[in-house]
Amino acid sequence: MSETRFEPWNDPQAQPLIQFQNVTKRFGEFTAIDDQTIDIYEREFFALLGPSGCGKTTMMRMLAGFEAPTEGRILLAGQDIAPIPPNKRAVNMMFQSYALFPHLSVWDNIAFGLRRDGMARDGIAARVEEMLKLTRLEKFARRKPHQISGGQRQRVALARSLAKAPKLLLLDEPLGALDAKLRQDTQFELMDIQEKTGTTFVIVTHDQEEAMTVASRVAVMDHGRIIQADTPDRIYETPTSVYVADFIGDVTILEGTARRAGAGYEITFAEGQPTLYSEYDVALADGAPCHLAIRPEKVSISAEKPADRRNALSGKVLDIAYLGNISTYHVALPSGQVVKAQTANTQRLSRRSFTWEDPVWLSWTDTAAVLLEG
Amino acid sequence: MKRLTWFNATSLTLGFAFLYLPMVILVVYSFNRSELVTVWAGFSTKWYGELLQDEAFLDAAWVTLQVAVVSSTVATVLGTMAALVMIRAGRFWGRTLFSGMIYAPLVMPEVITGLSLLLLFIGIGLDRGVFTIILAHTTFSMCYVSVVVSSRLVSFDRSLEEAALDLGCSHAQAFRLVTLPIIAPAVISGWLLAFTLSLDDLVIASFTAGPSATTLPIKIWSSIRLGVSPEINALSTILIAIVAIGVISASLVTKRASLRREAEERAAEQP
Repeated sequence: MSETRFEPWNDPQAQPLIQFQNVTKRFGEFTAIDDQTIDIYEREFFALLGPSGCGKTTMMRMLAGFEAPTEGRILLAGQDIAPIPPNKRAVNMMFQSYALFPHLSVWDNIAFGLRRDGMARDGIAARVEEMLKLTRLEKFARRKPHQISGGQRQRVALARSLAKAPKLLLLDEPLGALDAKLRQDTQFELMDIQEKTGTTFVIVTHDQEEAMTVASRVAVMDHGRIIQADTPDRIYETPTSVYVADFIGDVTILEGTARRAGAGYEITFAEGQPTLYSEYDVALADGAPCHLAIRPEKVSISAEKPADRRNALSGKVLDIAYLGNISTYHVALPSGQVVKAQTANTQRLSRRSFTWEDPVWLSWTDTAAVLLEG
Repeated sequence: MKRLTWFNATSLTLGFAFLYLPMVILVVYSFNRSELVTVWAGFSTKWYGELLQDEAFLDAAWVTLQVAVVSSTVATVLGTMAALVMIRAGRFWGRTLFSGMIYAPLVMPEVITGLSLLLLFIGIGLDRGVFTIILAHTTFSMCYVSVVVSSRLVSFDRSLEEAALDLGCSHAQAFRLVTLPIIAPAVISGWLLAFTLSLDDLVIASFTAGPSATTLPIKIWSSIRLGVSPEINALSTILIAIVAIGVISASLVTKRASLRREAEERAAEQP
């Protein structure tokens, strides 16, 4: 099984397709990218995720050739791409606004890049038809961009950027303009197309769900730095910093001090509260400050104190966020902290066991929480 | 629908009379048989016939057309270039000064523009004629073109050009294949504006025209000083007709294009 898994980043023999080597980009006084080194491998679906202004778009624009690094090198297949202008790079980009040429038909939009390459007429026609088929746009070939819907426009933009069979496709917030339902369908379509064409995709997004769904690896960025780059499950389950734990998904973070106890640590987080116990792969000195991050779905909520769990806290229901399929309970501890617990709504709302102001017990297993230094 | 009350009807009549009565009189009297402009002596088209025989008027018309076509074309090229620099070049030293200087001729009194050009032409010893009028008209109509084109460029999505570069265009190709076709309507209306400005300019042309070249407005103006002739009425009627046909057809074309676009967009929304 393990040989068939796609994880070239764990293979020391694998040659990366893109290498950022100590890349810094400054705009005047402002440092957009701060000395970053990262490898991206062939056939990867790599997501750059972060809040606006974190530098993710700058990373992408440097790959496309619209910006040049101030310091450091970017290699594409082992070659420094700094001297290569955007129109000579084997890299294509799908723009956030789609940037479809309004005066050209869907067909001509897709053929645009092929024509610039001086491809033969028959070759262009065959390639355009192939792209139309891939993106299910055959019926709209003769339409102009303003005559088709938003979702269709998004597919035209994708077809156009894929037509030249680039080594690397850049996607700048590709689904940002679509409504939630269409966006979900399109995410799977994107993954499907990525797999079919075998192209390396780098996607920029601020939507963590989107990044988690489509990407083979996610790089979480903040203030021009990649904080953590890893597979979606590892980003979620084993974040290496409070920033990543907090940025991805819902989480409760308790601050405290750690003390070695058996296979794990005992965490003291508030006066009058019992200590918590966590087994997590981290090395902390006795009495070191730490953060304990607990995902709400890993916290159980009950009326009685569970006998079999070392981590149990009592509190009062402060708020209930009802999301239909799940409910998130915000439980206030006597010491003031609020811990979130999530339950699946397997029963009708009228039969809900807890309501506002109810005293409840929260509990989780020894390995459920993430223990972070600092 | 609101009823047309007597008050509204009167306002409408008075307003339109104020705007169009002079022109109606002019058109009616162009078909007057009498030589006397103010005395009606029956219907005739003889003044139109005489106009076509009048070498001086035909020459002036030819000069006007040459000047208008050449100056508006040159002004469109220069004005579009200026607009591209002002909108695209970002912040550079003296940008505000430059943009102010491009727009200043819009508010400059024509007499001053004309006079300064005259002084320049005399100063460098340039003989006044068709060429100097073209230069003068290019100078003042260029800023109108640049205003029209830059208002279009402000809303132009830069990523369209980046997409063209990304797909293999050089900068020149990106401009020719993507930017120009998209801003073409603004460039064309800039050209039309420059053309009409040149066509009816009297003040600047009279400063920069020489004995060898006279434009139609100058010709009309100088004939009037010897008394209004029915020939002038006929000429003016022709000009009104040309302008009216131009304006009406342009608005019809625009209207039809926008209607078609709306219909197509509606059709596209259906799955």
